[in-house]
Amino acid sequence: MSEYFLLFMGAAIVNNFVLTRYLGLCIFFGVSKNFHASSSMGLAIISIMTMSSMLTWTIEHFILLPLGLYFLKTIVFVVVIAVFVQILEMVIKKFMPTLYNVWGIYLLLVATNCVILGVPLINAEANYNFLKSTVNALGSGTGFAIALILFASLREKLQFSDVPKSIEGLGIAFILAGMLALAFQGFSGMIPL
Amino acid sequence: MLTAIYAILVMIGLGMMFGLLISFANKKWSVEVDPRIHEVDEVLPKGQCGGCGYPGCMAYAEAVVMNPNVPPNLCTPGKDAVAKQVAEITGKKAEAMETVIAFVRCAGTYEKAIRTGEYKGVKDCVSANILVGGDKGCTYGCLGYGTCVKVCMFDAMKMSPEGIPVVNPDKCTGCGKCATVCPRTIITLTPPGVMVKVNCNSHDKGAIVRKHCKAGCIGCGMCSKDCPYGAIVIDNFLAVVDSKICLEKCSDPVCLTRCPTKVIRPAIWGVVPGKELREEIKA
Repeated sequence: MSEYFLLFMGAAIVNNFVLTRYLGLCIFFGVSKNFHASSSMGLAIISIMTMSSMLTWTIEHFILLPLGLYFLKTIVFVVVIAVFVQILEMVIKKFMPTLYNVWGIYLLLVATNCVILGVPLINAEANYNFLKSTVNALGSGTGFAIALILFASLREKLQFSDVPKSIEGLGIAFILAGMLALAFQGFSGMIPL
Repeated sequence: MLTAIYAILVMIGLGMMFGLLISFANKKWSVEVDPRIHEVDEVLPKGQCGGCGYPGCMAYAEAVVMNPNVPPNLCTPGKDAVAKQVAEITGKKAEAMETVIAFVRCAGTYEKAIRTGEYKGVKDCVSANILVGGDKGCTYGCLGYGTCVKVCMFDAMKMSPEGIPVVNPDKCTGCGKCATVCPRTIITLTPPGVMVKVNCNSHDKGAIVRKHCKAGCIGCGMCSKDCPYGAIVIDNFLAVVDSKICLEKCSDPVCLTRCPTKVIRPAIWGVVPGKELREEIKA
């Protein structure tokens, strides 16, 4: 049990996707302008990451590994995730219109993002079993959502502050992201992996 | 060799499976979207200003198509042309639409308005208004931190060097964002052809206005007495022009001549609109 908890915390905080691995930066800067959008995006990321990692694990272990096609994993995962997100979008649109209004556009934005592809690849690299890769994906998604929401809240505050003209907007956002990453560095070494 | 064949087969298999899956899902779970929604969305100006009261052009398009009670003329930036097209697509009755542009009811420039303090906080009108009400003595006047300029999506407002925002009438679409955001409701939406506008928002008594600002309306009522059409009334020490009467009846603004503080002004950029111009604007 504690092993899974450590894996979750490690993925969420110590090896935070944006702040220590520097993945998914396009979403991190693109959708962090306001709190509401960032929280929807965070939810979308958590769910898609978990489900797609389950799916890719199944395909990897039942199709790719038995046939010795491990080298195909990147391209297969890309296709699998893209298809999965497309179908998920259709299902949600049909059966859960309220949820679609919250997630809607973010789902498709996520489809081709590196974070979503990153988790299955890391799982494959570390040779996790099904449960472990699911927990790892859940943790990574939560970590991403935490980082995104933290950052969006900070940027909302930033709108009312006196920023030098030359670094207004994205410039100060990058500096802020650096500081946040520095703070997350403090967690490294907390969990020996 | 075998691996290569397997690889090709697996990729073909997966590709076909996913292709079929998606086409199946598309058939089975596709949601019927009224094609008119997209047509309306095409017609709208895409400023995403929210002037219609919906959170964006697409939301308005959806509402106007799906809900029979939503009128087709809510898009202020689009003016009459868009209202007509939207009415045509949705099959609703096109109602005439009043064109409006934003007007800043304050002339308290750095030079004219007396300052009573120094404000060094966040450069934002809303914050300044909450804190101490800015640095001007007048509690009705423009704070001059340009929150309205920042919020304008059509690049129609500019902060003048004198510290009062200036509206560019060619770019202003009348969406009313600036009017909503202004903490002192200084900005109003008025038809562009109106003869005169009162450049002040102060309801203070004359003596107090004089103390705070050289360009304020003291509520003396000269303009109201002069106007033969009764288009100007004094409301709580502030002259208010009824733009409808002014637009339709007046062609010779006598009210301009006697105003002691020159706060009532010709409406169009320092020029009294001529007959032709007014006809053009009305048409």
